[in-house]
Amino acid sequence: MNQWQNFSKGFFKENGVFVLLLGMCPTLGVTSSAINGLGMGLATTFVLVMSNVVISLIKNLVPDKVRIPVFIVVIASFVTIVQMTMEAFVPALFKALGVFIPLIVVNCIILGRAEAFASKNNVLSSLLDGLGIGLGFAMALTMLGSIREILGNGSLFNFKFVPEDASTMLVFVLSPGAFIVLGYLIALVNRIRKVS
Amino acid sequence: MAKKESSFKNMVITLLVVTVLASSALAYINELTKGPIEEAKLKAKLEAIGKVVPEFNNNPSEEMYTIQSDLGELECYPAKQSNKLVGTAISTLTKLGFSGTIRIMVGISPEGKIINSVVLEHSETPGLGSKMTQAKFKDQFKNLDPAKEELKVTKDGGVIDAITASTITSRAYCDAVQRAYNAYRKGGLK
Repeated sequence: MNQWQNFSKGFFKENGVFVLLLGMCPTLGVTSSAINGLGMGLATTFVLVMSNVVISLIKNLVPDKVRIPVFIVVIASFVTIVQMTMEAFVPALFKALGVFIPLIVVNCIILGRAEAFASKNNVLSSLLDGLGIGLGFAMALTMLGSIREILGNGSLFNFKFVPEDASTMLVFVLSPGAFIVLGYLIALVNRIRKVS
Repeated sequence: MAKKESSFKNMVITLLVVTVLASSALAYINELTKGPIEEAKLKAKLEAIGKVVPEFNNNPSEEMYTIQSDLGELECYPAKQSNKLVGTAISTLTKLGFSGTIRIMVGISPEGKIINSVVLEHSETPGLGSKMTQAKFKDQFKNLDPAKEELKVTKDGGVIDAITASTITSRAYCDAVQRAYNAYRKGGLK
């Protein structure tokens, strides 16, 4: 597989959300608005890229039997870095994402990529893989968040385009809406995959 | 380079080195971000105080005192304009919200009227309970005198119009404001 494929597969062919159905907890939890989805996606991308790079660098120094604890420590460190940085410089977004930031540690996309890709490939491939999968995840979350925000709140990226007291389809901002939108998006992606 | 063997010694050393490196990296980042985090928190607090009391020129967070309430101590920030008290911002809370604790900053004038209130922290349902942060609901509390008018939703015989489909949140908001007022009557009016 060439480097371009390492990068681009994350967007469609192996999209973490729509195809692999990994990382469902933040996907359904934080995407009540587009900005939350984008913020969560970018935070995850950062952690994914950094942990992929570090893990591909140390892959030969780590004995097989303790590799999972080592990977988790690496991932948790980067998550904590992201958490502290966000709290310091974007407190509003940090507050909105709440408990989902520390929960990036247990996002199975990240450990999945560490185990399945970074521990077997070189640094450059791992970096591109992390970037592609991460941005694909961010794209999926932003799409979900945008659709839910438009239908449920009548706004996009906090820009309101319906009157203040207009009634919107609230169910899309609530948890059931996340499942509904995700279901339709997965169906759409499957349909496109079948055709191409 | 060959893969390291999974011997006991190798595993212990690897885990030790990795955790030491990770914790030192985190300690370093913690040092870097400690200042900005404190600053951001202070700024958010002062901003909230500024919204609920009239103009002041002292530093309310330096003169902060606490009043006991049924849900623990409430922080009070006296706002003074040239040494004359113009209002007190009280950081209050309620456990009656639809999901989790709601924290609200309430400004009370020296005469015991509510000046304004602003939500500090909540996890109410977006699009329903979260409407309490909008002017349409929370401005109802402006200039109310809880000694004369009841801080309850109209359904319960009070003067506050509840948010449609979010009566629980509306009641919780009244509860929080009432708690701040009770505490203020107890310890703030001197």
